[in-house]
Amino acid sequence: MVQYTFYFLSFLAILSALMVVVSKNPVHSVLYLIITFFAIAGHYVLMNAQFLAAVHIIVYAGAIMVLFLYVIMMLNLNADVEPHKSKWLKFAATITGGLLMIVLIGALRNVSENAAAGLPGNDIGLVKNLGRVLFNDYALPFEVSSILFLSAMVGAVMLGKKEIK
Amino acid sequence: MWSLSNIAGITQTWLNATFNPTIALWSEFVIVGVLVIALFAVLGLGLVYMERKVAAHIQIRLGPNRVGPMGIFQTTADTVKLIMKEGLTPDGSDHFLFNLAPFVVMIAAMLVLAPIAFAKNFQIWDINIGVLYVSAVSSISVIGILMAGWASNNKYSLLGAMRSGAQIVSYELSVGLSIISIVVLSGSLQLSDIIASQQDGWWIFKGHIPVIIAFVIFIIAVTAETNRAPFDLAEAESELTAGFHTEYSGMKFALFFLAEYINIFIVCAIGATLFFGGWMPLHIGNWQGFNQVMDYIPSSVWFISKTLFLIFLIMWFRWTFPRLRIDQLLNLEWKYLLPISMVNLLLITVMAIMKWHF
Repeated sequence: MVQYTFYFLSFLAILSALMVVVSKNPVHSVLYLIITFFAIAGHYVLMNAQFLAAVHIIVYAGAIMVLFLYVIMMLNLNADVEPHKSKWLKFAATITGGLLMIVLIGALRNVSENAAAGLPGNDIGLVKNLGRVLFNDYALPFEVSSILFLSAMVGAVMLGKKEIK
Repeated sequence: MWSLSNIAGITQTWLNATFNPTIALWSEFVIVGVLVIALFAVLGLGLVYMERKVAAHIQIRLGPNRVGPMGIFQTTADTVKLIMKEGLTPDGSDHFLFNLAPFVVMIAAMLVLAPIAFAKNFQIWDINIGVLYVSAVSSISVIGILMAGWASNNKYSLLGAMRSGAQIVSYELSVGLSIISIVVLSGSLQLSDIIASQQDGWWIFKGHIPVIIAFVIFIIAVTAETNRAPFDLAEAESELTAGFHTEYSGMKFALFFLAEYINIFIVCAIGATLFFGGWMPLHIGNWQGFNQVMDYIPSSVWFISKTLFLIFLIMWFRWTFPRLRIDQLLNLEWKYLLPISMVNLLLITVMAIMKWHF
């Protein structure tokens, strides 16, 4: 049962990730990207990390992708206004992407299949354990990353502000 | 006692005794699905009727009173009319997305129903991240609305969808923060634990003024999130004809309409669960006699009456406040509700740590 779900979700994730790149219409691309995120959230649930799955959906599918959709719809980008890239650019992009894939495959080739099984305890992804680890072992990185977000937010407000008269 | 949990238990034992486990599990899925769809139909018919009657009462008129006694079959007749109508798909629209959008909105509403406890021990799925699940899944419906608005290829639809997107994304923060304040007090994300923590009194009574502030913010924010007046900018009739569902007709329109009422039911059920104890009867501390008297009222009656009270409150808002402009709406959220709820969350955290609540 779990295995079939895994295959289905992986197939869905890869297919819709491909469709993000292939589809002509930017709005369709964003919608496929949302499907990809849902498939990945499903993978998290399979690994018993429900908290991560929920946060993934809230942040990516619920907030970031909505803003993507928002901007693309507002600019009214359609298939016919898509700029046509030159042939050489496409060629270069394919080669770069292929090289990245080779590097990733090379890096992940030697990872044992049971790496996930080696994690301490099966319920590592539950909210209680995650919070305990986050606020005990990784308190400093956690706080520093929140400062990073704060500075990004202040920067966005500064950029969006009107000139002070 | 014929309580809902007993009936569910008896059904489950019977299914497991009669069939093998796999078939029993699948037939349970089917039963739950059928029950959810039936609940949706009843809610849709009932809430639309209730809305029209409440509106009529507030405006000192009679409301629907022709079809059936007191007009109770009015909404059934309306539904039959909508089913008979032709479902048009505009020529210049994105056909696939246009037809998909109402189902996305509907399925999102259907999924949120999973962790809600309708009565004692009567819950579809008691997931351990209950409230987070609710806020995650309820954020999907905005994608459906944006899809509908864009795929219609109509400027009013697009404007309505844009407004709705901005509104839902911003008001989600306030809803989240006021939900978190109850999570801080009860120390669990699981809805059954949150209800169990209200054994000796509902949070709205136990939590002093900060929880009341959280509740007020919650009810304002969910009114905005369900696109209800005074925050119904997404479908402001006088400005945008009907907003994101201008181009929809027939059953597809009915699905949007139904999803709106289902969403109201769901947010009110969540509000009732978090602040008013869900199915938990009105208990006061250690008053054994009083608590036992209250226990005689079935838990499902408690849940339904609390939820209906909150729904009534939201309908009351609709006919009391004038509609906000989009800038007023965003100002209200970002400049007032969000700072207030953040400070309030800090207060509640202090309260939870110092055990100042009852």
